[in-house]
Amino acid sequence: MSDRIFGGIGLVLAIIYAWAAAGIQESFLTDEVGPKVFPWIIAVILGLSSVWFLLKPDPDPEWPSWGRIAEIGLAALVLAIYAEALPVFGFLLPTALASGYLTWRLGSRPLESVVIGVLTALGIYLIFRSLLGLSLPREGLELAIDAFFSTIGDLFGNEPATAPQGD
Amino acid sequence: MELLGNLGDGFLIALTWENLFLALMGCFLGTIMGALPGLGPSNGVAILIPLAFTLGLGATPSLILLTSVYYGAMYGGRISSILLNIPGDEPAMMTCLDGYPMAQAGRAGEALALSGIASFVGAFFATWGLVLLAPQLVKVALLFGPAEYFALFTLAFATLGGIAATNQAKSAFAAALGLGLAMIGVDTQTGVPRLTFGEVHLYDGIDFLIAIVGLFALSEVFVFLEHRGTDRDISTKPPTAVGRIVPSWSLIRFCIPTMGRTTVLGFIAGVLPGAGASLGSFISYSMEKRLVDKDKTFGTGDPRGVAAPEAGNNAAAGGALVPMLALGVPGSGTTAVLLAVLLALNITPGPLLFTQNPDVVWGLIAALFIGNVMLLAMNIPMVSLFTRVLLVPPRILMPVVAMISFVGIYGISGSPFELLMMVGFGLLGWVLRKLDVPLVPVILGTLLGNEMEVNFRRAVEISNGDYSVLVGSPLAIGLWTVAIVGFVLPIVVGGRIKRRMPMARDEESAISD
Repeated sequence: MSDRIFGGIGLVLAIIYAWAAAGIQESFLTDEVGPKVFPWIIAVILGLSSVWFLLKPDPDPEWPSWGRIAEIGLAALVLAIYAEALPVFGFLLPTALASGYLTWRLGSRPLESVVIGVLTALGIYLIFRSLLGLSLPREGLELAIDAFFSTIGDLFGNEPATAPQGD
Repeated sequence: MELLGNLGDGFLIALTWENLFLALMGCFLGTIMGALPGLGPSNGVAILIPLAFTLGLGATPSLILLTSVYYGAMYGGRISSILLNIPGDEPAMMTCLDGYPMAQAGRAGEALALSGIASFVGAFFATWGLVLLAPQLVKVALLFGPAEYFALFTLAFATLGGIAATNQAKSAFAAALGLGLAMIGVDTQTGVPRLTFGEVHLYDGIDFLIAIVGLFALSEVFVFLEHRGTDRDISTKPPTAVGRIVPSWSLIRFCIPTMGRTTVLGFIAGVLPGAGASLGSFISYSMEKRLVDKDKTFGTGDPRGVAAPEAGNNAAAGGALVPMLALGVPGSGTTAVLLAVLLALNITPGPLLFTQNPDVVWGLIAALFIGNVMLLAMNIPMVSLFTRVLLVPPRILMPVVAMISFVGIYGISGSPFELLMMVGFGLLGWVLRKLDVPLVPVILGTLLGNEMEVNFRRAVEISNGDYSVLVGSPLAIGLWTVAIVGFVLPIVVGGRIKRRMPMARDEESAISD
């Protein structure tokens, strides 16, 4: 049954794809084939394989319970909120919350989760920002850490190794 | 002798402190990733690409880092196979068969050391094979025109499912999905936007790195959420004690013929399209079993049963680099990810790579030799350190994987839109894996889609709109024939082979090696 639904979705996808490809504006300067043909070929393959799923479906996979599916959906939602929160709140707070949530759902005890979340966020920031100088979203807390490291760097006079340059 | 000269130049490039350090880091990280169940060579390399990219490493250093991770993961996969009876990655599943019984008999250390040596033998000679074979293949590839390239790309997709594929319609669907995603964005030849639905973010196309990290790394997190607390939860098994680490010389000598044979076999399996490291280790094990298992000791802790698949899968890992470097067409999931590395660095792999960027190719090959020696040195005395890594439970590891994925993609894009897309790909990856749709063709499609279309259009353009040019040369016809046979054959014999591979129905099979 799953494969049949999948085939149905695939077929709709193929039709939308072919329709969208038909809507591509051709420029006056075009080659023999043009920008539409290859997408159409792809749509045909999508469509044919979807028809195959409709006709000869595989046995159903073992779907998890609805609770578990909700679990996965919720995790995706948390990650989506995390993506939106990063530029607004900086790196550390959202990362600590998101990784804390994930580890809690993966079986850590609540208090443990808080600790793991904070440590994950701090660890990643220290390695990827303070050590490797990657550009990460920064707000008050992050700027304070960077300032701290650049002070240390100044004290020892070899800043490039420890203090990332501002970006 | 030109070959040795090239190789010498390569060593000059690879032997800088920076590159040596990167190789060391790569080997170390790779071994850890290979050892951890849930992280394999393809997703391990996947989460590191954006990082290597944003760190501003040059082409050769990035490649050295990431191929070291690739080789390292191939070594590391055996550790959890032997100690936990859980393959750290798919190619290591055959190592469970004799490795775990050896560990139960108190010989875990010996099994680890022996498999480390077998891995070294396999990878070392396969790298020599790469040195000798790739330049020859380049000579053939220089004869290719656009039509032949188009046929070659089709061949890569047709055979990607491998001989053990069960449902070719799903492979075809996955390939079309990937190609379809690649079409999104401004058409490179006419400059018109395609399939963007007016979304300005999509004009540049979907960055394949986002698709790779989402499909490979993030979907793994969802799989762990799904399986938590069930019998498929792997966090509850206690690891076995390691015991004596240095194997006796007689034990090694006992396994030498096995290693020799399986190295050759694994290398061939790696070079051929549609085989890859998983099949390399499977064939190696089955052949050795048939050949030398006179007392029926295979499966009960026979050291040769540990050496065979390890030499086989590491040789196949080296062999798989041959078509990737020489033709620009990868034959397996991990080499597809390595291709992504090259493309992200604006290097087009293929025959011209050898003439235009010989420093990249030979520097990389030299780095493989160096990495191999490092891995051997690391894996024998330090193996107990790596076994400690297995004590990190997935509930801590997987959030870290997710967060590092975000860090990497944020580094290259800096906007939430791309991150949201990555989450979407993560969910898509989970659903596709549930439905047994392979993910590797999706990745390969997003990587090669534009290149494939360009060759298609160029071929037809040159012949003034005559589509028969696509089958217009003997070489092209040959490639089409192999493609069709490669696509149809698994339908006939695929089920039989798949049934013989243990745990082949496991979730891991969605990300084949």
